[in-house]
Amino acid sequence: MKDALGSAQSLLILGGTSDIALATARRMAAAKTKRIVLAARPSERLDAAAADLRAYGAEVETVAFDAGQVEEHEKTLGAVFAAGDVDVVLVAFGVLGDQASDEQDPVAAAKVAQTNYVGAVSSGLVCANALKKQGHGSLVVLSSVAGERARKANFIYGSTKAGLDAFAQGLGDSLHGSGVHVMVVRPGFVESKMTAGMEKAPLSTTPDAVAEAIISGLRRGSEIVWVPGALRYVMSGLRHLPRPLFRKAAER
Amino acid sequence: MPAEQWSTGAGRGALLARPGAAGPAAETEEGPQLLTGWGRTSPTVAEVVRPRTREEAADAVATAGPRGVISRGLGRSYGDPAQNAGGRVLDLTGLNRILSVDLETGLVTAESGVSLHSLMRALVPFGYFVPVTPGTRYVTVGGAIGSDIHGKNHHADGSFAQHVTSLDLLLADGSVRTVTPESDPELFWATAGGMGLTGVVLAATIRMVPIETSRLAVDTFKLPNLDALMEKLAGTDADYRYTVAWMDCLAKGPKLGRALLDCGNFATLDQLPAKHRGEPLAFSAKPMASTPDLFPSGLLNRRTIAIANEVWYRKTPSTHHHLATIGGFFHPLDGIRDWNRVYGKAGFLQYQFVVPFSADVTFRRMVERISRVQAPSFVSVLKRFGEGSPGYLSFPAEGWTLALDFPTGTPGLDRLLNWLDEQVLSEGGRVYLAKDARLAPAHLSAMYPRLDDFREVRAKVDPHGVFVSDQSRRLAL
Repeated sequence: MKDALGSAQSLLILGGTSDIALATARRMAAAKTKRIVLAARPSERLDAAAADLRAYGAEVETVAFDAGQVEEHEKTLGAVFAAGDVDVVLVAFGVLGDQASDEQDPVAAAKVAQTNYVGAVSSGLVCANALKKQGHGSLVVLSSVAGERARKANFIYGSTKAGLDAFAQGLGDSLHGSGVHVMVVRPGFVESKMTAGMEKAPLSTTPDAVAEAIISGLRRGSEIVWVPGALRYVMSGLRHLPRPLFRKAAER
Repeated sequence: MPAEQWSTGAGRGALLARPGAAGPAAETEEGPQLLTGWGRTSPTVAEVVRPRTREEAADAVATAGPRGVISRGLGRSYGDPAQNAGGRVLDLTGLNRILSVDLETGLVTAESGVSLHSLMRALVPFGYFVPVTPGTRYVTVGGAIGSDIHGKNHHADGSFAQHVTSLDLLLADGSVRTVTPESDPELFWATAGGMGLTGVVLAATIRMVPIETSRLAVDTFKLPNLDALMEKLAGTDADYRYTVAWMDCLAKGPKLGRALLDCGNFATLDQLPAKHRGEPLAFSAKPMASTPDLFPSGLLNRRTIAIANEVWYRKTPSTHHHLATIGGFFHPLDGIRDWNRVYGKAGFLQYQFVVPFSADVTFRRMVERISRVQAPSFVSVLKRFGEGSPGYLSFPAEGWTLALDFPTGTPGLDRLLNWLDEQVLSEGGRVYLAKDARLAPAHLSAMYPRLDDFREVRAKVDPHGVFVSDQSRRLAL
């Protein structure tokens, strides 16, 4: 159960090797979170993440989970909920793809959509239904500012996040009053393994800063969290920028 | 000799026994509902069922799903003990009849959903007062037993369950057992303070206390600092049945711990002024002003509370004597219906702990820290507990007890409360489960050394864990 100050006792991460998710998990494990489930494709990286979190005193288990295998989601994630209540689910998986080459390889582009959007719709619904049944809990969805207005430099990725963002907002409204809280997190450019080697964008952030924002959002029961907070205003300006100007601005 | 029999039928009895008629609107809705405690934190959804009879209550327990069932009364526990996410919650305010009254002995048998307000309305005019009342009259008999509540007279009279001579308990298997402290002390003292986890209290017999008048002769002492306060409290307990201090937790330096100490006894007839002698046992239950749900969450903060404390301390004349009504002395906040709304939607946290008298150095350090970090507690109540209750999970234990309430948005609150937990643990004290909304489960067994006895009884009477609450899940009770 979450306590009155929003501290959770159990956490399920979909995409258990995400830098943001692990930074969040470390903070939660250092506080009151004692059960952590990392769902991801099996890898050494995943095992290392689990070991790292165990050092904080949490009981950590790993579950083989593939965002693309939507037929398996009900079974895989259902078992996690059957073993005990989950206070917070963090949907953190996602791939960036390679915009330039994906434009020439539609199958690869579709895979990005398959993972980021289709996989999140399926696993998000499985978790939402399980949370609704237990009558409490938070579903945290990692969206991105890239979905706020598509740029030519990353519109494949951006459009998947736009779809995910809309899905999560609608889901949050449909779950209003059910005891389940849905929080959409929109980070700007995050310096992480996903963006390694890329040029930093203005108002960039770090996995730790995003984790901090997630935890304070959980405490406040926020529905949308921007990281850094100033992006909220920047993006609301950019959203209304006329197309010719936006194209220029997006050139950089 | 049973003097009056009030039953469920029409007429005066039914009128007297309806709780909340002049009080907060009882939650009468059934079906899925978002529930919180009085602090309005951690909402969860449960299916609410409101039985009107014992049979309906038994049926609701028998048909509870895999996520179990928990009792709920008027929802005055601050945290999450009367909610059950994804499961069923039994709203017992429908079991609201006073079943029998013996005016000779003061023994009253009431269903568990009867509020202390109703008991007072029914019995104060006959010269009987409830043995123990908390800071609000709007708690039910069942809740008073489940939390084994205490009042300003703990040093003289102990906790609520110590005045319960018998209770009818609906068990997980559907049977109803009449439990007395003699017939089954283990089940009785597991149920007293047991947070509703041993079964559903359907009815209880309570020994009321005789009073000559419905007014209290009160001495109020204005105390300039913590030392003066602690010394005065220790010195007054023997002379007064009811004592409580309202402390200013934001005062600093030489004013640290300044307080108003209220000490009272029920007035005798000859202490009443002539105008009240005609009706010495009058009990007026004024309809309460309601609080709209419009307050922003940050309204109560360290600045506004500091100003309120200053005004309130200054306007009180130094030591004085006065006559107070029951409501004015015991339940000042009941005058404002839904006062919890002034904290806004973010809600607030109550934190009440007790540490032994020997821990006065630690206690002082705790008050200093609260003042130093300027954690704004609007209502800070200090009291000395007498000997503890035999209840396995009962809160009271001999020592100093301080109750605080903080808006949830207070910066650094988590850290402060964790630190306070550590101090309490280091002195062998405990925090009150009826107010708890955030304790870490690891601390529970150190605070409640009889937890294993409680668990043993629970394993016997509820082996499949039918009775479950959000709190029992959170604390792995």
